[in-house]
Amino acid sequence: MANNIQTAHRATAVPMKLNEAGSIAVSGPKRVTGGTPDDSNRVILELDAVDVFYGDFHAVDSVTIPIREKEITALIGPSGCGKSSVLRSINRMNDLIDTARVEGSIRYHGVDLYGPTVDPVEVRRRIGMVFQKPNPFPKSIYENVSFGPKIAKYGGNMDDLVEESLRRAALWDEVKDKLEQSAYALSGGQQQRLCIARAIATSPDVVLMDEPASSLDPIATLRIEELMFDLKQQYTIVIVTHNMQQAARVSDRTAFFSVDVSGGQRTGHLVEFSKTTELFTNPRESQTEDYITGRFG
Amino acid sequence: MTAATKRREEETKRQVERAIGRSGIDWTSVWFSGALVVLLLTTLSILLVLIADILMKAWPTFQERGITFVTDGLSLNPATAGVFTAIVGSVMIATIVAVISFPIGIAAAVWLEEYAPNNRFTQFVDTTVRNLAGVPSIVYGLLGLAIFVPLVRALGLGGSSDGKNVLAAGITMAVLVLPIVVITAAEAVRAVPYSIREAGFGVGATQWEVIRSHVVPSALPGILTGTVLTLARAIGETAPLLVIGVATGYFAPAGDATLADQITGPYTALPVVVFSWSRQTQAEFANTLAPAAIIVLLAVLFILNGAAIWLRNRTEKKW
Amino acid sequence: MTPTLTIEALAGDPKRRRKERRVRTLFASAGMVSIAVSILIMVALIGEAWAFISQVELASLFTFGWFPRRGFYDIPTLIVATTLIAGIGMIVAVPLGLGTASYLAEYASPRARRWLKPTIELLAGVPSVVLGFWALTFISPEFVQRLFSAAPPFTMMAAGLGVGVLITPLVATVSEDAMRAVPIDLRLASYGLGANRSVTVRKVVVPAALSGIVASLILALSRAIGETMIVFMAAGAVGGALRTANPLEPGQTMTAAIAALATGSDQVAGEGLAFQSLFFVGLLLFLITLVLNSVSNRFVRKYRERY
Ligand SMILES: Nc1ncnc2c1ncn2[C@@H]1O[C@H](COP(=O)(O)OP(=O)(O)OP(=O)(O)O)[C@@H](O)[C@H]1O
Ligand SMILES: [Mg+2]
Repeated sequence: MANNIQTAHRATAVPMKLNEAGSIAVSGPKRVTGGTPDDSNRVILELDAVDVFYGDFHAVDSVTIPIREKEITALIGPSGCGKSSVLRSINRMNDLIDTARVEGSIRYHGVDLYGPTVDPVEVRRRIGMVFQKPNPFPKSIYENVSFGPKIAKYGGNMDDLVEESLRRAALWDEVKDKLEQSAYALSGGQQQRLCIARAIATSPDVVLMDEPASSLDPIATLRIEELMFDLKQQYTIVIVTHNMQQAARVSDRTAFFSVDVSGGQRTGHLVEFSKTTELFTNPRESQTEDYITGRFG
Repeated sequence: MTAATKRREEETKRQVERAIGRSGIDWTSVWFSGALVVLLLTTLSILLVLIADILMKAWPTFQERGITFVTDGLSLNPATAGVFTAIVGSVMIATIVAVISFPIGIAAAVWLEEYAPNNRFTQFVDTTVRNLAGVPSIVYGLLGLAIFVPLVRALGLGGSSDGKNVLAAGITMAVLVLPIVVITAAEAVRAVPYSIREAGFGVGATQWEVIRSHVVPSALPGILTGTVLTLARAIGETAPLLVIGVATGYFAPAGDATLADQITGPYTALPVVVFSWSRQTQAEFANTLAPAAIIVLLAVLFILNGAAIWLRNRTEKKW
Repeated sequence: MTPTLTIEALAGDPKRRRKERRVRTLFASAGMVSIAVSILIMVALIGEAWAFISQVELASLFTFGWFPRRGFYDIPTLIVATTLIAGIGMIVAVPLGLGTASYLAEYASPRARRWLKPTIELLAGVPSVVLGFWALTFISPEFVQRLFSAAPPFTMMAAGLGVGVLITPLVATVSEDAMRAVPIDLRLASYGLGANRSVTVRKVVVPAALSGIVASLILALSRAIGETMIVFMAAGAVGGALRTANPLEPGQTMTAAIAALATGSDQVAGEGLAFQSLFFVGLLLFLITLVLNSVSNRFVRKYRERY
């Protein structure tokens, strides 16, 4: 496994230097840092003036973010500023909330995800999701991974697909002998990697992660971060995080949100979106600077 | 330290001791707790006396007749009368109840919890179910008498009983327990954590796939517990059967009848024999046979309740 | 991974969407069954009840007693007996049920609770026909007739006591749930102020759980009014009853009146309107319990919302 990661790093020749944000101490054997994103990467998801409402409550105001292929895009900001709301509107998980409503447009490969003929189920098969708390099904490890492909009528060899997904999620070596055991017997960190394996088993091209490491200990967190770095070779990742060091370490680009308290409503909005290195070393907005230096939030 | 300071300290210490030490007995508290214990013990002893009294009255029957009391059918002779006919009737009714009320009730619960939008109409349906659960059982008997008995007759299934058969009884009982099935199943479905559904939707499952593969399997022990208890309720009910014309007297033993005859002909059920024997003029029926039938009925119900508790304990593993 | 995506690719499999719609419709129609049942009940009751009320001589609804086969339909007879028996039941069940609930919720150790609660539930599972038999063969001779030597074997007193035994576990379990729903913080606050357990139960827990307790009592009252078998078996007066409020006499409640008339000879028979009168009484019963249950549900919702 450790080999895997090193090869991956070598293969992409990720520069291992610390940027200025590296003053934030990173513990653990390896330091992963945000790559130098290439502006020639294709934009595959365009959030264009996205508003999210819950009933009458205006949760998020006019967010515009282009998300590029095979990059990690981080959404950061204080609690309640609408990071999860934006993330969940990308794969239409918000449809499951009765009161939720999304305005503006989200284009995926140029197709409006909220178009009248779009089936949200189809969207979620292409844009997978990993949740804040590990939420494996109360079933075996194998069934957890195979459920998605099974309902998508996957035609290939399921055993191979399960193995492949678990390998990519860096979990195979730990569970290969107990695939039939309950997923609930795994540790929190293992469960979260299982959820990642489950998400990638349907071969999505975007994976959304909502604070995927917030309920894990530092070591498990580090493994997830390494894993994301690996996954970036294949997938486009959008991650919500509370942890600025994490955003600085793993993401290529960062969107910083804030929340306005006006007229009794707490409406979130995008303050700044740029390359992670820029955002952390040379923020354009003073609000961003206050937040990342800990003077706010 | 002067003697005066010392005295003052001693005095303070005594005062504190008096304040926080056990200051005699708080009689209100004693009375109250005592009363609670007495009330609890009264409730428990009622159950105890009830069971002991009936067991004692039933004992001679089981002593003399042994298992034949369970294997013998109806008879006008107290020495040979048994509960077999009644058990057959109860089992047939319970089967019909299960076939009708379980699928409809569980589906209704799933609709209420998973599909129904959160609006006025859904609330109305929910309230309707709750109100139906509180309708006295005898009113369901009237419903059966006015609608289901004629329905069975109209369908040509009246047989020798003219519609007063287990079909009408089963439908009536199924409708009676339906709200209970819905309420208990809905509770079980509601207890499934939302994160499981999210996980399902997150990998691109449709609503039905999430329900079928994750929600219902997770809720199944709870649903089964509810359905088993529901069966117990259906087996113990008497009043609606009386209204829809269950036989309260003797009728030809079912031994030589075909299954079709049994289904469309006159019938009786366990609680009904308890009732009808208790008003027979021959003393043996009321004094020893009815209590013995009660023991059989209670045994059946205890087994069902035990099954329900076993199922409930199996639920307590996950999440 | 498709390099370019078309809108068609996201439209989803039409077959799957059709299936999804079918399943949804199926489940929704199961949900509608409860509405259908309510309508059926109304239709069944109101039709015959209307036939009764439009044909009966109004004077015969207020006479001296309930003798439907002879054309005397004194509704007050049934109402008085119903109230009396339900009242006796409540007098038994309120202290026993609430005492048991308070003990279970506040005093019992978790271990004791583990077997006490199922025992109470066991009592709740005893069918009413069994309690009817017991009221007639035990409560009446061993209790009522011992206390009041003049009492006949069939009395409303014996039936009322039997009904009390029936609804005690209902009061106990529903109230206990309400008491246990009171947040532990409230109790800790009370203990923190130096209150002991008895004061905490009486002054903090019971008031906080009040709406749930009231719900349990109304529910129990509704059940007592709707109970048939105990009254039918133990209160006598199967052929009809005189109007009386003396608990040591036989009597007939609304439920027992229906059962007696329907069971008479395996056949609802008698003077012209007897059959229809069943449904009129049934409708009354339905409406009374409906009101009680609605009120009770409202109280339950109140405490569910609170905590
Ligand atoms: N289902 C919902 N119904 C109503 N309001 C909601 C719902 N979900 C979120 N909100 C509101 O929308 C706003 C944004 O919530 P959101 O969860 O997106 O914030 P967040 O940035 O992810 O916060 P956190 O960092 O705490 O997860 C909040 O004010 C929240 O209260
Ligand atoms: Mg969030």
